[in-house]
Amino acid sequence: MATSAPLWPEAAMPPLPHDSAHLHVAGLARYVDDEPELPGTLHLAFGLSSEARARIVGIDLDAVRAFPGVVAVYTAADIPGENNVGPIAHDDRVLADGEVISHGQPVFLVAAETRLAARKAARLGKVTYAPLKAAITVEQARAAGQRLEADQRMARGDATSALAAAEHRLAGSLRIGAQDHFYLEGQIAHARPVEDGQVHVVSSSQHPSEVQHLVAHLLGKSSADVTVEVRRMGGAFGGKESQAALFAAAAALVVHHTGRPAKFRCDRDDDMIVTGKRHDFEVDYEAGHDAEGRLKAVKLRFGGRCGATMDLSPGINDRTMFHADNCYFLPEVEILSERLKTNTVSATAFRGFGGPQGMLAIERVCDAVAARLGLDPLDVRQRNLYGPGRDVTPYGMTIEDNIAPQIIARLRETSRYDARRQAIAAFNAGSPVLKKGIALTPVKFGISFTTTHLNQAGALVHVYADGSIQANHGGTEMGQGLHIKIAQIVADVFGVGVEAVRITATRTDKVPNTSATAASSGADLNGMAARRAAMAIRERMADFLAGVFGCAADEVRFTPEGVIAGEARLTFAEAARKAWLGRISLSSTGFYATPEIEYDRATHCGRPFYYFAYGAAVSEVVVDTLTGEHKVLAVDILHDVGRSLNPAIDRGQIEGGFVQGQGWLTTEVVEWDAKGRLLNHSPATYKVPTASDRPKRLTIDLWDGENVKPTIHRSKAVGEPPLMLANSVFCAISAAIAATAPDVRDLPKLDAPATPEAVLRAIAGLRG
Amino acid sequence: MAVRFLFDGEAVELASPDPTGTLLETLRGPLRRTGTKEGCAEGDCGACTVLVGEAQGERVQWRAVNACILFLPMVHGKAVMTVESLSAKGRLNPLQACMAVNGSSQCGFCTPGFVMSLHGRAIGALGSELPVADAIAGNLCRCTGYGPILEAGEAVSSLAQDDGAVAAGLAGLAGDAMASGVFEGRQWFVPRSSDELVEVLAEHPEARIVAGATDLGLWVTKGLRDLDCLVFIGDVADLKAIEETPEGVRIGAGVRYAEAHGALARLHPDLGELVRRIGGLQVRSSATVCGNIANGSPIGDGPPALIALGAELTLRSASGRRTIPLEDYFLDYGKQDRRAGEFVESVFVPRPSAGTLVHISKLSRRFDSDISAVLGAFALTVEAEAITAARIAFGGMAATPRRAAGCEAALVGQPFSEATIAAAAEALKGDFNPLSDVRGTAAYRIEAAAALLWRLWHRAQGTAVSVLDMEPC
Repeated sequence: MATSAPLWPEAAMPPLPHDSAHLHVAGLARYVDDEPELPGTLHLAFGLSSEARARIVGIDLDAVRAFPGVVAVYTAADIPGENNVGPIAHDDRVLADGEVISHGQPVFLVAAETRLAARKAARLGKVTYAPLKAAITVEQARAAGQRLEADQRMARGDATSALAAAEHRLAGSLRIGAQDHFYLEGQIAHARPVEDGQVHVVSSSQHPSEVQHLVAHLLGKSSADVTVEVRRMGGAFGGKESQAALFAAAAALVVHHTGRPAKFRCDRDDDMIVTGKRHDFEVDYEAGHDAEGRLKAVKLRFGGRCGATMDLSPGINDRTMFHADNCYFLPEVEILSERLKTNTVSATAFRGFGGPQGMLAIERVCDAVAARLGLDPLDVRQRNLYGPGRDVTPYGMTIEDNIAPQIIARLRETSRYDARRQAIAAFNAGSPVLKKGIALTPVKFGISFTTTHLNQAGALVHVYADGSIQANHGGTEMGQGLHIKIAQIVADVFGVGVEAVRITATRTDKVPNTSATAASSGADLNGMAARRAAMAIRERMADFLAGVFGCAADEVRFTPEGVIAGEARLTFAEAARKAWLGRISLSSTGFYATPEIEYDRATHCGRPFYYFAYGAAVSEVVVDTLTGEHKVLAVDILHDVGRSLNPAIDRGQIEGGFVQGQGWLTTEVVEWDAKGRLLNHSPATYKVPTASDRPKRLTIDLWDGENVKPTIHRSKAVGEPPLMLANSVFCAISAAIAATAPDVRDLPKLDAPATPEAVLRAIAGLRG
Repeated sequence: MAVRFLFDGEAVELASPDPTGTLLETLRGPLRRTGTKEGCAEGDCGACTVLVGEAQGERVQWRAVNACILFLPMVHGKAVMTVESLSAKGRLNPLQACMAVNGSSQCGFCTPGFVMSLHGRAIGALGSELPVADAIAGNLCRCTGYGPILEAGEAVSSLAQDDGAVAAGLAGLAGDAMASGVFEGRQWFVPRSSDELVEVLAEHPEARIVAGATDLGLWVTKGLRDLDCLVFIGDVADLKAIEETPEGVRIGAGVRYAEAHGALARLHPDLGELVRRIGGLQVRSSATVCGNIANGSPIGDGPPALIALGAELTLRSASGRRTIPLEDYFLDYGKQDRRAGEFVESVFVPRPSAGTLVHISKLSRRFDSDISAVLGAFALTVEAEAITAARIAFGGMAATPRRAAGCEAALVGQPFSEATIAAAAEALKGDFNPLSDVRGTAAYRIEAAAALLWRLWHRAQGTAVSVLDMEPC
């Protein structure tokens, strides 16, 4: 936080804005591409596969090599170590080896004196393919039996029998589209040679440790030979958890062969084609319920398009299953999950990590039950909430922190849901073309990596003899405000202002073996680790000062007024200098591993989550029933961040997450054609929300409770959960569509995203 | 010949510029101004937004543009302002200071672009009369949800800008002669008058005419093409006129959409609303009305609307001028009625008569800064409850912007009634055989085109038809 140049001397910042905000607005925050290039830096581009699935018969790269400015061209044969950037399964090739398995897969790598030369030359490669039968869609993969792993089943009781015995039954299906991350800063890595064969990589990555390990394996080196550094990313959202490694690996390979620095800044279209997206799903559901809408039995089948390689698909699809209950108790339940292997780019992590799709499915089941019975969907939702005696999830975890009922009840009241729902019905009765809809949907999101060993973090804190502090930790900054939260936590330990704490770039040579900054866990894990590191130093200082000033160690206090030791009062800088002179170590690591969690993936049973984050949103929309256009008119959010580490940052996460979710469910379309070519690979054809898409009225309130678990300052994770608040937009659009046929007791068959075309299709479907 | 521009008070001279080199590359490369970012390199995200200023007498007219698709000869003789310019003395300006504390940035990558769009609005740049949301419709943010940015734009909506020194610096900067040059065998020209343009085109009939480059830019940044012989018409003074008369509006080939916005809106509010939704403000501050016609795109938003209003196009060459109905300009996909050595000089749009029912609707997945799936434009003359004339044109429905002959025939001579509309909507289905593409299926396009005719009808009955006009309960 220490700002060397006082760009904003007023510096009144009680809500503590992002630590780099003053740099962002001045254009002075440095991203990977902003660092000055060393002389001789090479620029890279991939030659991409034109086929979805094919054997490579021949590669003729003569024209590529002959292009002016090209220095070298590489294929899989040039990789000295392991040709892999896959995070789990070792099946993600840096460069295709013998066959291609998705359209746009990198086949060869060009290094040239300029980026333009590399890009131009990359289009000159002549690769001969023998096409193989490709599976592009979920149906094709299912028919071909292409699966990444066995179908997974999570179940309780006997859903089949319970369905048969239920008073009412219904069935339906739903398509849920994919989503591109559209981080504004595209994928980029910059590698440079260091003496004795070492490589230094500056990457825009959520997972520097993994980049380090993959680069080491790629080059046949040890992890100790590779250092990866991440100062900040220009957005990530999961898209730089595993996907950044490809570009870092390519740059490192060029460094290895040429001894020259190499930078890979991927073009936006190539980025969208080459890197993974959120999984799209085909969901089938059956539900049995009583006359009041209480669910008795639910069967869900999730057909996930996972793409061509494993990537993180097992964990993502697991999380879909974990969130197919959302806030609802499903007495007899069977959740089936197919991990379908398609010849499309491998689907990957994206904010929510499979959770949003699971949650949307059960929300649609609630809507379907309400439609069938002619009930208010909110009443159906509330009747199905977890509660005393009905508090065990389909995976056997007892919910100890269920605040969904209170959050929903309060929001129902503060948003005037009931009065507005009546007013909307009156509006719809008098409006032939435009129809309004309103919906309240809750969120319960499990916090922890479901792969238990990932729930660990390290930090390294230095106190310098002048009293300034450097805090390093394993988390990466992608805009979510992790660094300011860590700085606040460390500053609090020493009783100093946050400006005394400088957070540095995340580096694998400072904190090793880190997990990805993902799963919303950044502040939970790294915040606790940083606090422990700071506490270790503080305890040493306290012991030392107690000796100096003749008091007990617990009588040494670090306060905003200074360090108080018995009768003495010192500035923190004086205390630090005294400790240094007294030969006290002022540097410490800190480590944290989340307690209590354990999970048996074979039976899908256990406690995968340390706690849950909750929230709810009410959305009101208006739909044009002639054209299928819609507008989100008003959104009221009540969201649970525990005891907020920084309300300004948390509100930013809530609003940004909501709007991103809104985009996923409305305007953002990802389609592949029959040959497996991605159709939406630029912002010309891929439409994330703009400023005017933000709801006309948006209110955000923070729930005023604390985490029941002893997390850092009793806060809760906030990165992913708010995205799913946007389910309310989708359900409200569906409600507006339903208003075109008030006598039909059926759920509109609306697929996500609710584009104008999808809305018109749903309206036509209702009219039969 | 060199390209010279004024940059924070200093003249920058690029001795032998690549005519399709972009301002963004020059800023981030040799000028080391890395605050301006590349997000997409196609003018759709706004991360590269900078302000370009042109002398207008004593004052300077600034406009926000996408530097990623702005070719270097297009800044010749102009002033350039980047995000770093605003806090050059190490102190944030009030807009930046507001955004730094109110949560306007998260990852920060898009932030400089937003700063420049909002700064432009605050200092009276082109389009500054628009609401904040419209001023930033060409800027994408993936983190914040936009709330704080909108708030900052409202809070700091006016800033003093002393352009005296800039105006002085611009005087004479472009030099006396027409700028031109050759780079690696590729020629370029920046004529200052129509007569010069005529001469250049007579000599180089194969030359490619560049106005705003918002379309052509992508041929370079995405198509990686080497473009030969470019003629930049942005500095042709006598093509910049907008003539508003009782009969209509004549718009010169150099007039940008943002400059024509007011005059077009005064022709009809629907036309103003359409222009508001063409690209973001950065695109409209570069792209010209005539360029949108001249390039012959089947999905340009201007042509169908102007065809419905009965616009005429004037073309000029060394052999003189000719004027044709706008619809006749579009011959086939990628083929226009423009002869070698000829350029589009102006378009004339007649003012709709009081009895004309004009209705223009754009359908796209996103309201702002999106390409139409279908654009429908209707001009019906209704006299004594009967339709006496109909001009209906669509974009996105065929290889060119085109009139809907069957639909028109079904309307003319009929009473303006629900039954007539139903018949005309049916007839409309036979007028077009659209493609299925990334913006919509053929079936959707046919259905949506008919829906737009129905929208006209409902609107004429006083029924609410636009979701954009609605308020929450």
